[in-house]
Amino acid sequence: MKALQKIQSRFVPMPMENIDTDQIIPARFLKATTRDGFGKNLFRDWRYENNDETKPKADFPLNQSQYSGEILVAGKNFGCGSSREHAAWSLLDYGFNAVVSSFFADIFKNNALNNGVLPVTVSDAFLQKIFEQGNDATISIDIAAQTITIDATGNQESFELNPYKKTCLLNGYDDIDFLLSKRDTIAQFEMNLK
Amino acid sequence: MGKTLFDKIWDKHVVEKIQDGPSVLYIDTHFIHEVTSPQAFKGIENRGVELFRPKQTIATADHNVPTLNQHLPIKDELSRMQVEQLINNCQKHGVELYGLGHPYQGIVHVIGPELGITQPGTTIVCGDSHTSTHGAFGAIAFGIGTSEVEMVFASQCVLQTKPKTMRININGELQKGVVSKDIILYIIAQISASGATGYFVEYAGTTIKALSMEARMTICNMSIEMGARGGMIAPDETTFNYIRGRAFAPKTAVWEEHKQAWKKLYSDADAKFDAEIHINAADIQPMITYGTNPGLGIAINGNIPVVENITDEGEQRNIEKALQYMGLKSGASLIGIPVQHVFIGSCTNSRIEDLREVAALVKGKKKHDQIKVMIVPGSQQVAKQVHAEGLDRIFAEAGFQIRQAGCSACLGMNEDKIPAGEYCISTSNRNFEGRQGAGARTLLASPLTAAAAAITGVVTDVREMM
Ligand code: SF4
Repeated sequence: MKALQKIQSRFVPMPMENIDTDQIIPARFLKATTRDGFGKNLFRDWRYENNDETKPKADFPLNQSQYSGEILVAGKNFGCGSSREHAAWSLLDYGFNAVVSSFFADIFKNNALNNGVLPVTVSDAFLQKIFEQGNDATISIDIAAQTITIDATGNQESFELNPYKKTCLLNGYDDIDFLLSKRDTIAQFEMNLK
Repeated sequence: MGKTLFDKIWDKHVVEKIQDGPSVLYIDTHFIHEVTSPQAFKGIENRGVELFRPKQTIATADHNVPTLNQHLPIKDELSRMQVEQLINNCQKHGVELYGLGHPYQGIVHVIGPELGITQPGTTIVCGDSHTSTHGAFGAIAFGIGTSEVEMVFASQCVLQTKPKTMRININGELQKGVVSKDIILYIIAQISASGATGYFVEYAGTTIKALSMEARMTICNMSIEMGARGGMIAPDETTFNYIRGRAFAPKTAVWEEHKQAWKKLYSDADAKFDAEIHINAADIQPMITYGTNPGLGIAINGNIPVVENITDEGEQRNIEKALQYMGLKSGASLIGIPVQHVFIGSCTNSRIEDLREVAALVKGKKKHDQIKVMIVPGSQQVAKQVHAEGLDRIFAEAGFQIRQAGCSACLGMNEDKIPAGEYCISTSNRNFEGRQGAGARTLLASPLTAAAAAITGVVTDVREMM
């Protein structure tokens, strides 16, 4: 996983609530056996008319040239539904490094963090403020300071981030290396569990 | 202070707590399937390590398998490659696989319990959100992502932050025609699709105690649809009787010992929950959803909310959008709406009791001409039982199609899909846009309500047929 310290970028607004993982990446694209290439199918059925790549839906934010950037800003309860980590892979592969919402589904949040996509939970009011910004407004996210700022207005909020996960993100550390280093302790634990 | 059932099991499985971080949680049983495991196997191989405890992982192929002609090679190339990769990975890494053609094959959350692998007091994970199903046995069971599958491969542990606990108490007797699916659809409609996010739920009360194991599984299965990390029910004699004698249940010599230990698995009388909800069983009617998340449900004889009356602006937009997708009207009743498909299956409602209920209702009747009915048993063993009990004849006479075990039209990964714009009453657990196929319109309901529509061709209050 690559280290992530600061993100400053424009954003793509998707004010809908309850965006579920079946919308982020529909099940029919889960047949792959690697982690790559999911970005082109991100939000597939909202993005194209009749599943046809030559017919982008004009009113969908990913197809609107006025929006771009590494940050997706979405309505509350983002990522509900299935545990498919493909949702996080799709966002990352498309080029999003952070998702901002007022509420995230649990499994999605874990999956995102495990792949270096930062879920930033903000208040409803702050989320509203972001949506009110113009197309070329930028947002800054500082992971060490745990703050998110709307650059034009200076509005700032701090967000929660588990200290362990924060260390992982800042340094690009990996949970699996950590757990591999614990194998002896775990074997010992097993003896007492029985 | 006393402990909750959740705390008792959790505390016993914490290897260590990382300071200011998650806990290293030991996993007793790990289920895998073809869709969320290949990248995890690859990850482990790239690191050059072996699976730490391969005997504690059990695999099956379910999400992406055809439900007709399972003896033939899978036609879709990508699906075939994914299933073949599971076979190779399991062979290479010493994981037991109940794949296509095996008498134990089936939906992962159906086979675990029916084989007696799912046991009280254990921790169970699977790269699938409906792992919560196994909580019906008094286990901590929850869905994980593929990185976490890799963690279990590497260490038989996952890193987890301890969730908050919620108890949902349901007391009293259920009305006629109301089954466990209605209970859980009712709860989700009450507290919304995100109402239990951050919580692990325990279901308790006299109504729950009176339910069979299969009915309890239906409830725990859908815990995730209100955002909960998982759901669980304290084990009792119903649980023990269900497990006893199953293929992987504790053998006779050690049975009593296990049972005595399991009997201690309950929330102490003075245990504190972070949230508590009380529900009167008599208030629950047969339920149906009208929208595109499982929280948008109503009593079958009720009306869709009037959009203008919803005060929360975001909620109003949501429901408007959902109704547009579903082709339904604000304030209208669903009764009488023509339905083109009935899907009876999925890890929520594809067990033998579900199919018995359906058979009892449709016996001697025929399906409506305009409707296609698909029955997909949850496992090979359920299919065998359907046959042994002669339910297949009842279904055939009714004009229902019986298919082979798998997830099928629950998620539309294989060819079992609902065409765009058509309505399907489904016994599965998700009504998201496109879940059953691009443009498909899903109405979630109980097997009874689904069966009633199969006969009449329209959304029907099953109580009128009983
Ligand atoms: S039946 Fe549906 S919900 Fe259950 S495991 Fe399969 S795809 Fe998931």
